[in-house]
Amino acid sequence: MSEADRQIHSLSSPAVDDLRAAAPSRPIWADVSFEDRMGLVEFRVGTRAHITVDGDSCRGCTTKACVTACPANLFVPTSDGGIVFNYEQCFECGTCYMVCNTEGAIHWTYPDGGNGVVFHRS
Amino acid sequence: MTEIDAVSPMQSSASPDFDAIVVGAGPAGSAAALVLARAGKRVCMLERGPFPGSKNMYGGVVYGRILDTLIPQWWLEAPVQRWVTRRGTVIMTETQSLTVDFRTTAWGELPYNGATTFRPDFDSWLAGHATTAGAVLVASTTAIGLLRDASGRVIGVRTDRPDGDLTAPVVIACDGVNSFLAKEAGLYPRAVPENFTLGAKEVLALPREEIEKRFGLTGNEGADFEIVGCTKGIAGGGFIYTNLESVAVGVVLSVTELAAAKVRPEELIADLKRHPMVAPLVAGGELKEYSAHLIPEGGYDMMPELACDGMVIAGDAAAMCLAAGLWLEGVNFAIGSGQAAGEAAIEALDARDTSAKGLAGYRRRLDDNFVLADHRKLRRAPELLMSSRMQTTYPSLMCNLAEGMFTVTNPTPKKGALALGWRELRRAKVKFRHLAHDLYTTARTFG
Repeated sequence: MSEADRQIHSLSSPAVDDLRAAAPSRPIWADVSFEDRMGLVEFRVGTRAHITVDGDSCRGCTTKACVTACPANLFVPTSDGGIVFNYEQCFECGTCYMVCNTEGAIHWTYPDGGNGVVFHRS
Repeated sequence: MTEIDAVSPMQSSASPDFDAIVVGAGPAGSAAALVLARAGKRVCMLERGPFPGSKNMYGGVVYGRILDTLIPQWWLEAPVQRWVTRRGTVIMTETQSLTVDFRTTAWGELPYNGATTFRPDFDSWLAGHATTAGAVLVASTTAIGLLRDASGRVIGVRTDRPDGDLTAPVVIACDGVNSFLAKEAGLYPRAVPENFTLGAKEVLALPREEIEKRFGLTGNEGADFEIVGCTKGIAGGGFIYTNLESVAVGVVLSVTELAAAKVRPEELIADLKRHPMVAPLVAGGELKEYSAHLIPEGGYDMMPELACDGMVIAGDAAAMCLAAGLWLEGVNFAIGSGQAAGEAAIEALDARDTSAKGLAGYRRRLDDNFVLADHRKLRRAPELLMSSRMQTTYPSLMCNLAEGMFTVTNPTPKKGALALGWRELRRAKVKFRHLAHDLYTTARTFG
């Protein structure tokens, strides 16, 4: 975060309004990195992967919709046209198998009881 | 058809483990278990998370009227963050916003209307009522499949615990939007991705006084803004609501359109937070948690069969979430359906017939109360509201119209509202027959 960003970040709302008026193109939101974003979420990681991906199907896939749609960014394309994934930081939402265009290429179950994401109490 | 009588819990060796097994201790499951336990039935509630609500997030408001009969004076004890007294419906483009900003002091007083809460708090609280009434909560336990007898009738569930088979004359599947049990039972043959949206949310910490200043609130009043036009043309919307010491901001996105757009969900949240209407509300907030969940948005026409021999489904598992634009409700529908499932199960157990026919009281109850009445009434809403005209064309048109109305053009004389309206319709290239069709459908849906 630059010093200017830091200043903007800590300003109260009327001051932010003034700043916006002065420089409307400047983004006032200094966002956290994706790694830090996911680092704030509690995951109790089990030993069994609850997602499995059929690499052969992925190499033939032209859309690779899972790569952008997964809110946890778990699916990463490889140089040989495949997909690598990790299951550890999964929200267990189900978006990946919903958007997958090859029936059964993403096999998805719930993690074992007690494992996986744990959203915070207040 | 032969009907197998439910086995009485008093029978000895062949006796099932419980009268009812409820899978999932979310609002639907806890309401079902609470009703059953109060009637003296032996209920087991399975929860795959370490505690109820640990897997759950939502887009903002619990409407508590459904709790009045279940938990008298629930407002004295429910883990409420704020009572929503300000409800904004926002239409936006990248540079404009037009808000219908409603507030009433009535919603901040008895008997209250909507509350913001954290689902791990709320779901644990409701599950606590079920266990107090005598339900057995087994957490950290995933139901991995159904147990069936030779006739195909559901007689229990298999869990991922060693020797973890549990039997009961009736299983109430409240296992959420991905309901593997409903699919396994054949009630929900294939999930159609077009019927689902992805909700992604950030919780941003801000000092209590700062929230009250920014949103114009006092005490435990809360604000909830629902937004259309903030998702880069992807069908869906956005929301901002206040907790006591944090603001939640998020987007809801058609999963198929999200996939096609090749945009990442958190980028759309970041764009929303940069919007001139939103930025001053969230500026400086420290990210506490990022979360995501699927939402069944297809409404009445995507609902699965609700019962089979030995099993009923409730809550998101049965697509009970109401996503109808002006009305965005889910927890209340989950509780209402869970309660009806519990009552129907009691009736079936007492009649010793937990076949699909014996459990028909579930559907009957839902038909008679708000759960299916509202869904039937609003069955056209999802398709209407997710159309590109409703999502992009009209929001832009309305904002431009407002801008035209309120931009002073001296020395050019003012145009009349009708002239401005026609100008914006022409600019937006809206065909008259499309407009007429949309107005008619809107009137039919919401009238």
